[in-house]
Amino acid sequence: MFKIDTWEEIFSILRKNKLRTFLTAFSVSWGIFMLIVLIGAGNGLQNGVQATMNDDASNSIWIYSGKTSVPYQGLPIGRQVKFTNKDYTLLRERVEGVEYLTGRFYLWGEFAISYRDKSSAFSVRSCHPDHKYLENTIITQGRFINEKDIKEERKVTAIGKDIVVTLFGDEDPIGKYIKVNDLLYKVVGVYKDEGGINENRIVYIPITTAQKAYAGEDRIHQMMLTTGTKPFKETIKMAGNIERLLSRKHKVAPGDKRGLSVYNNNEDFRMMQNVFTGIELFMWCVGIFTIIAGIVGITNIMLISVKERTREIGIRKAMGATTNSIIWLIILESVFITFFSGYFGMMAGIGVLELVNFVLPDDTNFFRNPEVQVYVPVAAFILLLIAGVLAGYFPARKAASVDPVVALRDE
Amino acid sequence: MVTLNSINKSYPVGKSNYLHVLKGIDLVIDKGELVSIMGPSGSGKSTLLNILGILDSYDDGEYILEDVVMKNLSEKQSAFYRNKFLGFVFQSFNLLPFKNAMENVALPLYYQKVGRKDRNRIALNYLDKFGLKDWATHMPNELSGGQKQRVAIARAMINKPSVILADEPTGALDSHTSEEVMQIFRDVNKEGTTVIIVTHDREVSGRTDRVISLRDGIIEHSGNAELNKEIA
Repeated sequence: MFKIDTWEEIFSILRKNKLRTFLTAFSVSWGIFMLIVLIGAGNGLQNGVQATMNDDASNSIWIYSGKTSVPYQGLPIGRQVKFTNKDYTLLRERVEGVEYLTGRFYLWGEFAISYRDKSSAFSVRSCHPDHKYLENTIITQGRFINEKDIKEERKVTAIGKDIVVTLFGDEDPIGKYIKVNDLLYKVVGVYKDEGGINENRIVYIPITTAQKAYAGEDRIHQMMLTTGTKPFKETIKMAGNIERLLSRKHKVAPGDKRGLSVYNNNEDFRMMQNVFTGIELFMWCVGIFTIIAGIVGITNIMLISVKERTREIGIRKAMGATTNSIIWLIILESVFITFFSGYFGMMAGIGVLELVNFVLPDDTNFFRNPEVQVYVPVAAFILLLIAGVLAGYFPARKAASVDPVVALRDE
Repeated sequence: MVTLNSINKSYPVGKSNYLHVLKGIDLVIDKGELVSIMGPSGSGKSTLLNILGILDSYDDGEYILEDVVMKNLSEKQSAFYRNKFLGFVFQSFNLLPFKNAMENVALPLYYQKVGRKDRNRIALNYLDKFGLKDWATHMPNELSGGQKQRVAIARAMINKPSVILADEPTGALDSHTSEEVMQIFRDVNKEGTTVIIVTHDREVSGRTDRVISLRDGIIEHSGNAELNKEIA
């Protein structure tokens, strides 16, 4: 059945019926093209949003303090709640399930940072060693701030790759000293951060050093921690525990969000995930319905084409063709069209995605790397092939079983 | 050669009724005969042709073609015998519109699994024989009615059949062309091929050696053409 002769017969049929061939091929191509472009666009959207979220650990809880807005235990409204190093220790020791924990002592505004004769203004951020996990800071050279730095209040710093470019050029920054507002800090590490340009322009210093150097005593402005791989419900429980613990200690009325705010990023992440699942589902639905439309298209055209060919089938039968050979001929024809037009549609779809990827600037927000997993076109392809076989088989079987004499009189 | 022994054939009509179309046909056609089957519409001549052409089955009786009993054949067997023993010629030519004259003639050889080059070469020979060599690459819609029917006869002849079955072969042709086509059938017959022509045209049957008249499913008369004319 796979003889060259059979194929020659098929090609001659397809060549002589150009419009029919084109219409069938088009409906298949279009279906698979749409599926790939849609799924690719959905993935692009997801990749884009995820990239902007990559900055921070999604399994984190952020804790801020502010001024109370509810009177509590005889204390007035408007009292500033102040975290200290003790709160950091408290969370470390008393909250179960804390994976990484860091505090931040705010150093407001930009600082004049200089190395030798070069100088520029950058933000300075003070923190604990675990901070790198919370901000997804990637160390490219040297190390980040460590426990020893904290304990000994060392004047060391890890700087962003953009700062290196500005201050050091091609020079190796490790071990060199930079001046931060007249204080010298030794550069121990270089990092990069995928959270955006600004995140690569920060000078990190140990929190204890900052507290001492900038008259902070033991003050902490903000604490952040990650919840590890704990399931979503557990993280809500953890956030609740933290809130109870700190509000009792600082005498903040339960539920006073102005005085004490515990923000669970897991909730955002979960919501985002739900949105993505929704979008993905929607894309799949549209794609699959487009394919179904394509399948209906082939079936329809095959039905009409076979009906149109009742006479041809009758002639072939009178010339000695068996029913099976006729069914085969029509199925192979259908599969051939499906296969090549499906392939074409797939390539066109992938081409469009590649083109978009190429044209799109790298740091485009909310749309990045539109791509399809390999199994998508493969699955769609197999589906179309099966559809092609069935779309050929049923009409062909019906037509091939027609009495040739009736077929031949079918004017 | 062709032997029919009390062939009966009924078609279901509605749910429980049957239309008895052929009521015990006995017929012997010898090798090399040129026969016509005549009869008004409804006489059963199309059904008889279908049975002769192994395109339809029969209820009881016996059909022997070239010493083979054509009964209870599988789909594949009947296709095989059609291809081996029979050549068909139709009123409306039934050429495949998307194939040229040569490819149309070559079609039966395709089903004998003859390679394309060989079958086209043989087809060309046959076209030459019927004076159509120059038209080999023309499509059917570029041919006249007479030319189409000659292509169809060439196609019917290419597998060297024992019997040519022609269903109203001149029905779509003018009288002059009909004459030509009948001459071709006579020539083909002279070379030894049995020819059976179903027709209602007395001009046509008059040019055959024997006329078989069918009426209401039985053979009313069988004899040579002149005799038939006298009866009519």
